[in-house]
Amino acid sequence: MEQLSQLIFYCFVALTIGSAIVVVFHRRVIYSAFALLFTFIGVAALYLYLAADFLAVSQVLIYVGGILILIIFGVFLTARIMSLQIPQETHQRYIALIPVILIGIALLWVILSTPWELVTPQVEPTTKELGFLLLTRYLVPFELASVLLLAALVGAMRLARYFRAEE
Amino acid sequence: MHSLTVYLLVSASLFLLGLLAVMTRKNAVSVLMGIELILNSAGLNFVAFSHFSSGNLNGQAAALFIIIIAAAEAAVALAIFLNLYRLKASSDVNQADLLQG
Repeated sequence: MEQLSQLIFYCFVALTIGSAIVVVFHRRVIYSAFALLFTFIGVAALYLYLAADFLAVSQVLIYVGGILILIIFGVFLTARIMSLQIPQETHQRYIALIPVILIGIALLWVILSTPWELVTPQVEPTTKELGFLLLTRYLVPFELASVLLLAALVGAMRLARYFRAEE
Repeated sequence: MHSLTVYLLVSASLFLLGLLAVMTRKNAVSVLMGIELILNSAGLNFVAFSHFSSGNLNGQAAALFIIIIAAAEAAVALAIFLNLYRLKASSDVNQADLLQG
């Protein structure tokens, strides 16, 4: 049972990273957008393995149901309609590899050489405690987040309006 | 290899892929996808540390706020891209040089 769980875990790891590679390297934007779907679902599954049930559901609801739909609409609205084969070019491909590799080496070194302090993980429902935290300790950020979402909503509508009408 | 390390490695590779997308892609929507990858990797890190080395839920609350910020950012960014597309008839980030003087 434990081994099966491990096997599924590594399948989700492979799904997450593999589809992220497709997102970054596929030449067609719409394929990248659909590969992003599998990355988000893989991360949601990893949240489940980390005993974060509420976060996994929010990840699926908000990322897959909201942000990904927005991105796909963005692809359709900012490209020639009727062609699903929108090619996309890349620039500075080899120069960009230098900082990526340097940061990668630094991250790898930090991750593998730090003696992490570990506690015994506990698996219990998190929704109640998370809601309690949001309304006590994180009350101010929570309210600020609602103001931010309102501002983003109004701002996005104002920005995306057809602006030639006001000229 | 402890499983915290596995999560950290997954998160690091997501971050690096997102960074690569942000730096190399020309299409603005693809750059946005790279940013989403980076935000996801940060959230995964928060939740992994919350699970393995803190014993409380503060990391999960931080990851929740990351999801909120990502939603707001995606909406505003796509509105900006729509405007850019109307102005320049392309979604190439190199064309967005109106403030260059």
